[in-house]
Amino acid sequence: MDHHLLSIITFMPSFAALILAIFLRGNDAAAARNAKWLALITTTVTFLISLFILFDFDPSNTGFQFVDEAQWLMGLKYRMGVDGISILFVMLTTFIMPLVIAASWNVETRVKEYMIAFLLLETLMLGVFMALDLVLFYLFFEAGLIPMFLIIGIWGGANRIYASFKFFLYTFLGSVLMLVAIVMMYAEAGTTCIGGCEVSLLTHTFASDTFSVAGITVVGGLQTMMFLAFFASFAVKMPMWPVHTWLPDAHVQAPTAGSVVLAAILLKMGGYGFLRFSVPMFPVGSEVMAPLVLWLSVIAIVYTSLVALVQADMKKLIAYSSVAHMGFVTMGIFTFNQQGLDGAIFQMISHGFISAALFLCVGVIYDRMHTREIDAYGGLVNRMPAYALVFMFFTMANVGLPGTSGFVGEFLTLIAIFQVNTWVAVVATSGVIFSAAYALWLYRRVVLGDLIKESLRTITDMTRRERWIFAPLVAMTLLLGVYPALVLDIIGPSVTALVASYDTALEAADAVVQTTSK
Amino acid sequence: MISADLNVILPEIVLSLFAILALLVAVYTTKDATAGLMVWTTSGVMVLLAIWIGMTGGGATRVAFNGLFIEDGFARFAKVTVLLSAAAVLTMSEAYMKNRGLLRFEYPMLVALSVVGMMMMVSAGDLMTLYMGLELQSLALYVIASLRRDSVKSTEAGLKYFVLGALSSGLLLYGVSLVYGYAGTTQFTGVMSVAKTGETSLGLLFGIVFIVSGLAFKVSAVPFHMWTPDVYEGAPTPVTAFFATAPKVAAMALFARVLHDAFGNAIPDWRQIVGLLSVLSMFLGAIAAIGQTNIKRLMAYSSIAHMGYALIGLAAGTQLGIKAMLLYLAIYVTMNIGTFAFILGMEKDGQPVTDILALNMYAKRAPGKALAMLVLLFSLAGVPPMLGFFAKLGVWQAGVDAGLIWLVTASAIASAIGAYYYLRIVFLMYFGSENDDRLDEGKSGLLSTFLFASAVIMVVGIVNTFGVEGAAISAAATLVN
Repeated sequence: MDHHLLSIITFMPSFAALILAIFLRGNDAAAARNAKWLALITTTVTFLISLFILFDFDPSNTGFQFVDEAQWLMGLKYRMGVDGISILFVMLTTFIMPLVIAASWNVETRVKEYMIAFLLLETLMLGVFMALDLVLFYLFFEAGLIPMFLIIGIWGGANRIYASFKFFLYTFLGSVLMLVAIVMMYAEAGTTCIGGCEVSLLTHTFASDTFSVAGITVVGGLQTMMFLAFFASFAVKMPMWPVHTWLPDAHVQAPTAGSVVLAAILLKMGGYGFLRFSVPMFPVGSEVMAPLVLWLSVIAIVYTSLVALVQADMKKLIAYSSVAHMGFVTMGIFTFNQQGLDGAIFQMISHGFISAALFLCVGVIYDRMHTREIDAYGGLVNRMPAYALVFMFFTMANVGLPGTSGFVGEFLTLIAIFQVNTWVAVVATSGVIFSAAYALWLYRRVVLGDLIKESLRTITDMTRRERWIFAPLVAMTLLLGVYPALVLDIIGPSVTALVASYDTALEAADAVVQTTSK
Repeated sequence: MISADLNVILPEIVLSLFAILALLVAVYTTKDATAGLMVWTTSGVMVLLAIWIGMTGGGATRVAFNGLFIEDGFARFAKVTVLLSAAAVLTMSEAYMKNRGLLRFEYPMLVALSVVGMMMMVSAGDLMTLYMGLELQSLALYVIASLRRDSVKSTEAGLKYFVLGALSSGLLLYGVSLVYGYAGTTQFTGVMSVAKTGETSLGLLFGIVFIVSGLAFKVSAVPFHMWTPDVYEGAPTPVTAFFATAPKVAAMALFARVLHDAFGNAIPDWRQIVGLLSVLSMFLGAIAAIGQTNIKRLMAYSSIAHMGYALIGLAAGTQLGIKAMLLYLAIYVTMNIGTFAFILGMEKDGQPVTDILALNMYAKRAPGKALAMLVLLFSLAGVPPMLGFFAKLGVWQAGVDAGLIWLVTASAIASAIGAYYYLRIVFLMYFGSENDDRLDEGKSGLLSTFLFASAVIMVVGIVNTFGVEGAAISAAATLVN
C-alpha cells in the first residue's frame, strides 16, 4: 500500500513551524496566543491522524507497514515506515506533544520561537521512530539536538548554559562514533536500507569472526566493534550509568515542557536504537557485550536510586529515577527473550506517561512558587487536594504499584532477567525497594504534613487547564496497568520475530565457529 | 594547430584581457572613481564565464599545448566553483570597501588575475603550468592581503603571506626539480608512467614529499598552516572572505590533479602523507579555535579543519574520494560565503567588529539573520540535517571505502570537539548575557541576500542538490578512472 500518511504526520508540525516563522509578526500578547493555539491545534491534529495509523495497523504482520519511499541524494533513499516495535513510540510522541504544548501555556518569553522549537522537535522525534534508512535515521536522531539545545539554553534555568553545552557535546560525541559505524555498514552491506528492501541491513549478516587489533582480541569481530560504536551513542542517549551525568543537569535546567519531552520521548530513542539496530543487526556483538550491559543496568538501578534519595531538587530526583527506570529497559532488552523485550518496550511506553506526568507535577508547583527545592514545600495537601491526588497516583505508578502501567514493565523485565541471570535479578529487584523509598519520601516531604511554610499559605490548587493535561495521562497509566494486552498485542508478533531472528543468527554464528574450528 | 589550442584556453584569455583592458581604462580615466563599477563588471564577467564553462564542453576532455593544459570535467567543475565564489565575494565586498575608502580599482583586477591563475592551476597538465598558475594566483593574493596600506596588521599580513608563500614555492620548486630529474619529464603523463608503486625511486619520493608540502601550504594544512590565522585576521574582511573560498578550492583541485594525474600509480606512497596532513589539520583546527574570540581568526581555524576533512577524500585516492572532495569544497564555499556575508555586516558605529562577544543576544535584535547564521554554524559543525553533514558523510564514506577507518574515526572525534566553538557563537547569539554593546542594524540588503541564500541552500540542499552532485560525480570520473 502506497501512501504518505507517515510523511504527513512527520512533517505537519514543521510545516506549522514554518508558517509561524514566516507569517506570524509582532511580539504582543495576541501573537503569542496565536502561536500557542496554532501549535496546540497542529499537535492535536497530528495525534488524531496518527490514530488512523494505529487502527489500520496490522500487528500480525511483522514487516514494515505504511512504507513511504522516494529517491534521495547521494544514492540514499528517503524511506519511512512503522512496525510493531516502532508504532507505539510514534503514538507516544504524538500523544505527549499536545500535552507538552498545553503545559507551556504560561511561557512568556519568545513564545513564537518556543513553539517553533517544539514543533520542529516533534518532526525530528517522529522521524527517528519512522526512518527506514540508516542515514535518514541518523539525520533525525542528530538534528533533534539543535532544538533541544536551544530549548534548554533559551528557556532554561539559571545554569542553563553549562547544561545545554553538556547535553549537546555529550550526545554529539556519542553520535559521531555511531556515524562512523553507519558508514562502515554502508561499505559492508552496500545499502543503508534498514528493512524491507531487496538488500536490507536487518537481514544482512555482518562479519563476526574474532580478530585481534594491537594485541587485543576482539571476540565477535566487526559486529562487536560496530555494537560498541552504536552503544556509545545509545548509551548516552538512554542514558546508562556511567554516562548519565548530562541528564540530571539537562532536566534541572530545562523548562518543564523541555523536561517532559526529554524524559518521555528523547530518552526512548536510545532504547529504540538498541531494539532496532544493535540487537537485530549485531546479534553476536550483542551477545558478547550483554553481560557488561546487564551489569551496567543493575548498577544504574541501584546506584541512581540511592543518589535519588539524597537529592534536594525535585527535578533532579525524578531525573535520577528516570535513569534507574531506563536501567530496567536495558536489562530487559539484553535478556534477548520475549518477556524481556516486551517488558522493555512496555516499560519505555509506561515511563513515557509516568515521567511526563511527574515532571508536569513539578511544573505545577514550580509555576506557583518558582522553586524546585524539596525543602521549600510541605503540607501541600491542605491547600491542593486535587494536586495531592494526582501526584500520589503518579508516585505510586513510578514505584510500580500493581494496577498501574509501571508495574507491568518492571515485572516482565524482572521475570526475564531471572531466567538469564539470577544474581542480576536479585540485585535489580532491590532497586524496586529503593524506588519506593525515594518516591514515597519525596511525596511525604512535599505533600503531606502540616502546612507550616508562610509562603505556601496562598498557594492555589490545579487550574482547569492543568487538570485536563493530567487526565489523559492518568487514563493511560491506569488503562495500561489494568489491561497491558493493549500494548503487548501490538508489539508481540514483532518482538517474537526479533527474538527468533536473533536466535537463528546466533546459531548460525556458532555453526560457523564450530565448522572452522574442526 | 595553435588556434585549436587557443580555443581551449579561451575563457582564461578573456578574463586576462578583461583585467588588462580594465586596468588601462582605469589608469587613463578616473582611477578609483570607477572602482565600484569595476567590481560589478568583473563579477559579471566571472559569472558569464562560469556559465560559459559550465554549459559548454559537455563531457569532453580537451588538451592544449602538447599536454600543458587540460580542460576536462574536473577542471570545469573547479573553475565554475572558483569563478562563482570569486564573483560572490567581489559583489559582497564593494559596499564594505567603499565605506572604508579601501575600494581601489586595482582590487577587482587583482582578484581577476588571481582567478586566472586558479583556472590555470586546476587545468595544469604539466609541472610548469602548475607552477605558473600557482605563482600568478599567489602574487595577486599577496598584494590584496596588504590592501589596507595604512594598517600595520594588513601590511604585516601581506608580508607574512609573501615570505611564507615564497618559502612554500621554494619547497614546491625543489620537489618539481627532483621529479624532473628522476622522471625525465615535467609532463604529468610522463611522470605517471615512471612513478609506480614499488618502483618509485627515492628521489622521486622526495619530489612527491616536497610537492605535497608546497601544496599543503596553499591549502593551509597543518603543519604548514601558520600563516593562515594571521593573514585572515590582518587582511580586510572581504579579502579574508576571498582567501577562505576560491583559492582553497583551486589549491585543493590542483592537489588532486597532481596526485592523481602525475602520481596516480603511486597512491600508497602519498596516501599516508595526505592522511597525516588531514588528521593534524582537523585536530588543530578543532582545538586551536576554542580559545579564539576574533571571528576572523576563528574562521581561519575553521577553514584549516575543513581542509582537513576535504583531504580525507583526497587520501582515499579513489573516484569516490575525489567526488566527495569536490562536493565538500562546493558546500564549504557556499557556507563560507554566507558566513562571511554575516561577518561583513558586523559593524558598530560604522566600524567593523570582529569580536564574537559583540554578538551577545544578537538573536533578540535580528532574529532572521541570527537564524540564518545558526543554520550556517550548525552546517559548518556538520550537524544534520544541514548540508554540511552530507559533505562530511561523503568524505567519510570515501574514507571507509578506501580502508582508512582510523582516519575517519579520528575525524569523527575531531568534529565533535570542533562543534564546541560553533556552538559558542550560537550560544552568544541566542542566550548570551544582555549588554548595551549593540551592533548596528545591518542596512545592506545585498549581504543579507547572500546570508539567507546560503542558509537556505544548506537546508534545501538536502532535498535536492540541483545537479551539483551529478556534476561532481562526472568531474571525478574524468580525473580518476
